[in-house]
Amino acid sequence: MTAAALPVLALIDGVLAGASRIAPAVNALFFSLLLVSATVALGLALVIMVFLVRYRRGSAAPRPPLRWAEWKFETAWIAATTVIFLGFFYAGARVYLRMAEVPAGAAEIAVIGRQWMWEVRHADGRRELAELHVPVNQPILLRLTSEDVIHSFAVPAFRLKQDAVPGRTVAAWFEATRPGRYPIYCDQYCGTQHAEMGGEVIVETPEDYAAWLAGGKEAAPAARGRALFIRYGCSGCHSGNSAVRAPRLEGLAGHPVPVEGGHLLIADESYLRDSILLPNQHVAAGYAPLMPSFQGVIPEGDLLDLIAYLQSLAGETPPANPPAP
Amino acid sequence: MTTPSSAPPAGENYFNRDYSLRSWLTTRDHKRIALLYLASITGFFSIAAVAAALMRWELLTPQGDLVVSDMYNRLFTLHGVTMVWFFLIPSIPSVLGNFVLPLMIGARDVAFPRLNLLSWYVFMAGGLLALYSIVAGGVDTGWTFYTPYSSTYSNSHVMAMAAGVFIAGFSSIATGLNFIVTIHRLRAPGLTWFRLPLFVWSLYATSLILVLATPVLAITLLLIMLERLFGVGVFDPKLGGDPLLFQHLFWFYSHPAVYIMILPGMGVISELIACFSRKRVFGYNVVAVASLAIALLGFLVWGHHMFVSSQSVYAGLVFSLLSFLVSVPSAVKVFNWTATLHRGSITFDTPFLYALGFLALFTVGGLTGLFLATLAVDVHLHDTYFVIAHFHYIMVGGMVMAYLGGIHYWWPKISGRLYHEATARVAAVTIFVGFNLTFFPQFILGYLGMPRRFHIYPAEFQTLNVLSTAGAGILGLGYALPLCYLGWSLFRGPRAGANPWNATGLEWTTPSPPPEHNFDRTPVVTQEPYHYPEPGA
Repeated sequence: MTAAALPVLALIDGVLAGASRIAPAVNALFFSLLLVSATVALGLALVIMVFLVRYRRGSAAPRPPLRWAEWKFETAWIAATTVIFLGFFYAGARVYLRMAEVPAGAAEIAVIGRQWMWEVRHADGRRELAELHVPVNQPILLRLTSEDVIHSFAVPAFRLKQDAVPGRTVAAWFEATRPGRYPIYCDQYCGTQHAEMGGEVIVETPEDYAAWLAGGKEAAPAARGRALFIRYGCSGCHSGNSAVRAPRLEGLAGHPVPVEGGHLLIADESYLRDSILLPNQHVAAGYAPLMPSFQGVIPEGDLLDLIAYLQSLAGETPPANPPAP
Repeated sequence: MTTPSSAPPAGENYFNRDYSLRSWLTTRDHKRIALLYLASITGFFSIAAVAAALMRWELLTPQGDLVVSDMYNRLFTLHGVTMVWFFLIPSIPSVLGNFVLPLMIGARDVAFPRLNLLSWYVFMAGGLLALYSIVAGGVDTGWTFYTPYSSTYSNSHVMAMAAGVFIAGFSSIATGLNFIVTIHRLRAPGLTWFRLPLFVWSLYATSLILVLATPVLAITLLLIMLERLFGVGVFDPKLGGDPLLFQHLFWFYSHPAVYIMILPGMGVISELIACFSRKRVFGYNVVAVASLAIALLGFLVWGHHMFVSSQSVYAGLVFSLLSFLVSVPSAVKVFNWTATLHRGSITFDTPFLYALGFLALFTVGGLTGLFLATLAVDVHLHDTYFVIAHFHYIMVGGMVMAYLGGIHYWWPKISGRLYHEATARVAAVTIFVGFNLTFFPQFILGYLGMPRRFHIYPAEFQTLNVLSTAGAGILGLGYALPLCYLGWSLFRGPRAGANPWNATGLEWTTPSPPPEHNFDRTPVVTQEPYHYPEPGA
C-alpha cells in the first residue's frame, strides 16, 4: 500500500505546490474553500449526530417548543450563506481577472490542437510536437486554436486550462516559476485518441533554454508564408502582373481598409484570416467578389504562416496598380 | 389488514384488478403507469450500470487492457446518456411522482390520464431508439454531444442517439404539463397551496423546468441533426457555424436539467425527515419557496460550464455570481432539514437511513459545487475527475439515495407489503460506504489533474483509481440487494396495512395497495401538512 502510494506522494508534491506565477493564488483559494467546507460539513455532521442521539424515539430529552420564531433562524442562515458565498465569488473573480490579463512583455507562442496532438510554433519559426520549451520566469502568451474539433490545453501544475476552439484564436498566459517537466493534457473530449493527446512543458533555466534555441533553426514563419503564398496560388491574383484585378497586399496589415458598403475595417489578424477563409464577407471597395474560399483548403498551421507573411509586408508600399484593362 | 370498501369487491386494488398484459399496456391508472416506468427505468439503469462497471474495470490499470479507446468512449457515452435521460430525469417524477402525486392531493388520477400513458410510450420509443444506436455500433460523443465533434467528426451513430433523446424529451414535456395541471386543478377541497406536502411543491418546480427547458434541448438536437445530415452550418466553423453556440444551447437545457434531477429528490427527503422525526418540516414555507427559487435561478447559470471555453470574461463573472446565488436556497434546505431533527422523535427505519445518506452526500456535493463556481478554481478543476466526483455526489449521492429512500418509504403503499427491514438497512449502509469509496478518491484525482474521459492514465494515478474501482464493486452489490428483497417481499412480505409508518398525508389514509380510483370518497383537508402530535405530549 505505502509503496503503491509513493508515486502519488511525488505527484502531490509536484502538483500541490504548483509551478507558475498564478498557482499560489489558486492554491490559497482552493484551500480556504476546503477549510470552510470541511468546517461546515463536520459541524453539520456533529449537530445531526447530537440530534439523532438526543432525540431518538423514547429518549428522555425534554422537547419544549422553540423560544425564537422560525423566521429569525431563516433570516440568519440565508444572510450568513449569502455573505460567505459572495466572499468566495469575489476572491475567485479577482484571480480569474488576473488570469485574463496578459502581462506586458509576454513572449508569444502559437499552439494548434488537432486530432490528436499539440503543435507548438515559436516566434522564430521553430516547431515542436507535444513538447513546449519555455524559459523559467518569463511570461508566455499562448495563442491557441484548433484545426478540427474543440480541444483543451491543460497544464495542472500551472493551474492553466483553456479550450482551443476551431475558427478562433484564444489567448492564455502562464509564467513558469520552477524548471522541470510538467504534463500537458487535452481536457476536452476530442475523439478516439483523446487520452493520448498529451505532452510536456519543459521549463528550462535561461542558459539551458538558450542552448535549446541554438540547436537547429527552421525558416521563420514569414519566410514559410512567402513560399505558401505562391504555392496556394495567392500570388496569381495578388501580384502585379496578374490578369485578374485583385488588391495588392503590401502595406495592408494593421492599416485601415475601405470595404464594400462604405466603411473602414482595420486589417488585423482576424480580418486577414477571414479574408482568406470567408473572402466574400468583406470585399475590398472597388473589387469584384471573385476570390474563392480557402476554408478547408489551407490547414491552420499554414494559415498562421501566411498571416505572418502578410504582416511582414505591413511596412512596404504597394506598387501602383496597373490600370484596369 | 382488511379495509372495507363500498363499490368494488373487497380486497380488489389497482394491482390485482386484472393481471393481463393487455390491461397493463392500455392502462390509464397513474399507479400502473408508475410501475411501467419503474420496470423500464430499472432496465435502463442496469444497462448504464454495466457500462459504468466496465469503465471502472478498465481503469483498474493505467493501460488500456480491457477495452480499446473507441469502446471506452462508447461506454461513457452510453452510461451518461442512459443515466441522465432514461434513468435520472424520469426516476422520481415519473415513478414516485406518478404514483403518489394524485394520492397526496386527494385526486382520483392525474389531470390527463391518456396523455400520461402516451408519455410512457413516447419515453419507451426514445429509449429503444437510443438502445438501437448502441446495438448498431454505439455513439462516442459523450452525453454532452459537443460540436463540431458530434455534428461533423464523429463516425458513430449520433443521429439515432440524438433522435432517441429528442423523442424522450416529449415525454418529459407531457409529464411536466400533466403534473402542473394536476396540481392546479385536482387538489382536494381544503388543500390550499401552503397545505401541500413539500414533495408536491418540488414536483411542481420540477415540472416547470421540464416544460420550459426541454424544448431548447429538442431544438439543439435538431440543429445537430441538420448539420450532420444536410451540412447546414450551425456549429462547425468550417461551415460558417459557431461551436460555442452549441454549448450555450445545450447547457441552457442541461443545467436546469440538473435541477430536474435533484429537486424531486429534495422533496422526497422533506417527506422522509418529517415522517421519521415526527415533526413538521422546519421552515416549511421557506423550503417550499426555495424549490421555486432554485427552478428559476437554475435557468440563469448555464455559463458556469463554460469558464474555460473562451466565453467572455465578464460573462464568466456574471455566471459565477449567479451560481453562488442558486446555491443559497439549496444550503437553506439542508439547514432546515437539520433543524427538523431538533426536538423530534426519531426512528431509524430504512427510508430515514437513506435520508441521512442524502444529507451527508448532498452536502459534500453542494460544497464541492462552490469550488467549481469559484472562477479561478474552476479553471484548474474543469473537465477533471473533480467534476465527475462532484456531480456524482449530487446525482447518485443525492438523487439516487432520495429515489431509493422514496421507494422504500412508499413501497408498502405500492405493493401492500413490508420488506425485510434488517436486510434493507444493510443495503442502505452498503450503498453509502460503496458510494463514498467510489467517488471520494475522484476528488483527489481531479485536483491532481486527471482529466475525464481517459481510458488510460499516468501510473501515478493508479492507487486512487484502484480504490474507486473497489468502491464501485461494493456499490454494485448494494444496488443488487434491493432488487432481491423488494422482489421477495412482493410475494412473501407481511401485509403492510394502510399506514405502516403512522405518517401524515392523504396517501396513507387509503388502503395499501390503493383501489383503482384511490379514494372511496374525496377527502377533505382541514390541517397543515405534517400535523404530528406535539413532542412530549
